[in-house]
Amino acid sequence: MELLKKIRDSLGKEFGALTGLILLSVIMSLATPYFLSFTNLMNILRQSSLIAIAAAGMTFVIITGGIDLSVGSVLSLSSCLTAGMMVSLGWNIWIAVLLGLIIGALLGILNGVFITRIPLPPFISTLGMMGVARGLSFVYTQGAPIYGLPDSFKYLGAGMVGPIPFPAILMVIIYLISYFLLNKTKIGRYSYALGGNEEAAILSGINTKKYKTIVYGLTGLFSAVSGMILAARLDAATSVAGDGFELDVIAAVVIGGTSLSGGRGKIVGSLIGALIMGVVRNGLNLLLVSSHWQRVILGLIILLAVTVDVVRKQSSEDQDGTLSSFVANLRS
Amino acid sequence: MQNNILELSSITKKFPGVLALDKVNFKLREGEVHALVGENGAGKSTLIKVISGVHKRDGGDIKYKGQNINIKGPKHSRNLGISVIYQEFNLVPYLSIAENIFLGRENMKGKAVIDKKDMYQKSKKILEDLGIHIDPKTNIADLGVAMQQMVEIAKAISMDSDIIIMDEPTAALGDNEIEELFKTIENLKEKGISIIYISHRLKELWEVADRVTVFRDGRYIATHPISTTDKDMLIKEMVGRELKEQFPPRNVEIGEEILKVENLNSNDFLKDISFSLRKGEILGFAGLVGSGRTEIMRCIFGADKRDTGEIKINNKKKNIQNPQDAIEAGIGFITEDRKKQGLVLVRSVKENISLTDLSQVMDGIILKDNKDKKLAREYIDKLNIKTPGEEQEVRYLSGGNQQKVVLAKWLIKNAKILIFDEPTRGIDVGAKKEVYSLMNELAGQGVGIIMISSELPEILGMSDRVLVMNHGEIAGKLDIEEANQENILNLATKE
Repeated sequence: MELLKKIRDSLGKEFGALTGLILLSVIMSLATPYFLSFTNLMNILRQSSLIAIAAAGMTFVIITGGIDLSVGSVLSLSSCLTAGMMVSLGWNIWIAVLLGLIIGALLGILNGVFITRIPLPPFISTLGMMGVARGLSFVYTQGAPIYGLPDSFKYLGAGMVGPIPFPAILMVIIYLISYFLLNKTKIGRYSYALGGNEEAAILSGINTKKYKTIVYGLTGLFSAVSGMILAARLDAATSVAGDGFELDVIAAVVIGGTSLSGGRGKIVGSLIGALIMGVVRNGLNLLLVSSHWQRVILGLIILLAVTVDVVRKQSSEDQDGTLSSFVANLRS
Repeated sequence: MQNNILELSSITKKFPGVLALDKVNFKLREGEVHALVGENGAGKSTLIKVISGVHKRDGGDIKYKGQNINIKGPKHSRNLGISVIYQEFNLVPYLSIAENIFLGRENMKGKAVIDKKDMYQKSKKILEDLGIHIDPKTNIADLGVAMQQMVEIAKAISMDSDIIIMDEPTAALGDNEIEELFKTIENLKEKGISIIYISHRLKELWEVADRVTVFRDGRYIATHPISTTDKDMLIKEMVGRELKEQFPPRNVEIGEEILKVENLNSNDFLKDISFSLRKGEILGFAGLVGSGRTEIMRCIFGADKRDTGEIKINNKKKNIQNPQDAIEAGIGFITEDRKKQGLVLVRSVKENISLTDLSQVMDGIILKDNKDKKLAREYIDKLNIKTPGEEQEVRYLSGGNQQKVVLAKWLIKNAKILIFDEPTRGIDVGAKKEVYSLMNELAGQGVGIIMISSELPEILGMSDRVLVMNHGEIAGKLDIEEANQENILNLATKE
């Protein structure tokens, strides 16, 4: 019990999500013998990495009280352009990848500029970007997939480091970086502050426009990373890649306990959220559940996760008696 | 003698740490306009909220139309025939006048269809009775403030109200509109409707009210027929308390000029604001709510745009365009509304304190948690902030302790000019005293302090000089020796 409490304290909000992940894994391993094999677990990591990486960026955005609907389109456009540079133009892979990532980041920064300078609501700005980037992706590829990517590029999606898939390694690295940015730098501290109370942040002398723009840029960059992995794994860049991706990414962040009203949330939660979605999809596939039912079940999991979070928060506040004092404070 | 429609006796209302109403009596006659006056915090709003069912009384009796009643909530009070018109209107901007008047009480044709024709006709009749000729299909958003107020009044009439309470109805109106309003009020009186009229503009009471009741510090002071009293007498009754020894003495050498503001104009409201502030000085800004005090400070701090105006700090012109520039120039701003503007409520005490200057807790680009904690603990001790620890979210702290967190935010910055906007609003007496001592200490260190306050005793007890604002202009500058409650209130309320 002591240990449990310690874990709970150190994890805070992620405790619920982590319990869920463990619980789901136990259920899946009881339901099907194929689940708990090393190969399958590595497979889950590989599959989860796409959502997890973009979710790292999305966590920042949601903590600032925003939302980014364009992650799937940015994923597609950056991967198609990178593929085009490699295949049609024959450019060096690393230059093409670097440019692809820069394009992703720039698209995100553009979101940030619209949101902070015009200013547009994040939902609208990124909804527009979602259409524009997706459309450009179709225009560029004329709707046809780009095949024949160089072998060394495919390593990004299919490569192994020892027994571990390369995308899983990349995912861990990105989460380490994101953890650092969120907890140890101004970017993170100001994201929490402006998501919690933008007016107070501005009056404390924080350049909120700058930090919002950085955060959307980061999300664009991470979406492009996911785009590279996906294209490399499929050995094709397509204009339809990442359709509906934004909802999976937002779901992962929300399952991980980050509040859509801004100001609260932790990066580890989003990783766990993405893994939960990966475990469920994988387990249901192994159990031969149709993809139609998978959608239903994933939807229910989102509802359950947020419900548990809301209920837990209410009960803990009532126990401390702090909720009533909070209400009393509001009234005074 | 007319009958009393409403009789309140010995009404008591307590809030944590405050006795907002202390055995208050109030009698309203049928068909009279009864003005309610008093300083901020005198208990007027609380009384209104008790009558309208927003607050439950803790003691006393309410007699309405001769019967003892227990008002259960706002809806109950409305059904009884009591309507309140607040300063902030309760109207839906993109619905028509008629739809607003009958919102929630629509006449139906059958079960599901709203009888619009009937609604428009009824609305038109009510409006015409009030002497207003306007198409009830007009959207609220297309109306001016005065007309919106008329819609609120029409709404109250449509509910067959016997009592209409008006909270500062003239605050947002121009002279012509005020005249129109007074005519309407006269009209309502003829219909036998009783009106409770709250206003800070004492002068207008002689035009509109029949009787006036004065409140002070949550207590009933007196009721007069309006013709038997005058403005000076009312002001005396409103402020008549002794200045208590709650303001710690200060012995500070006032130094050279640190801030000079010249010809500040903004937004067609602030006109020709010029003043200066010296090192170690506390400059009090008095005036009514909405007289432009906070607006001036927001302009100086770069939070709002100014049209013209020069700001000099230590005799050097500063081009302040945003709060970052202001902070850079050494200004700190303790805002009026700590929850909306001062604090990130869902984050910890620690994070809130270091927010104005993260560089103090960083090594290069890395935030150092131990430095952050150390800084927070230092100020928790120094300001005696009562919190379980530096990781506690500030929303769980009491008002006074939240205010201290806001102060800490600016103390770590070592600001040379500190603006305190209503620094003791909503905090208890003990915390107030601590805030005052801190202000004195800061003044002693040579910080120049601007203090906006709506509490006159605070202005008189703390300031070295007093500046009185009235309708966006400086109505007067007084040395503390010549300032008293009467001349400040006179300057603040003169038309």
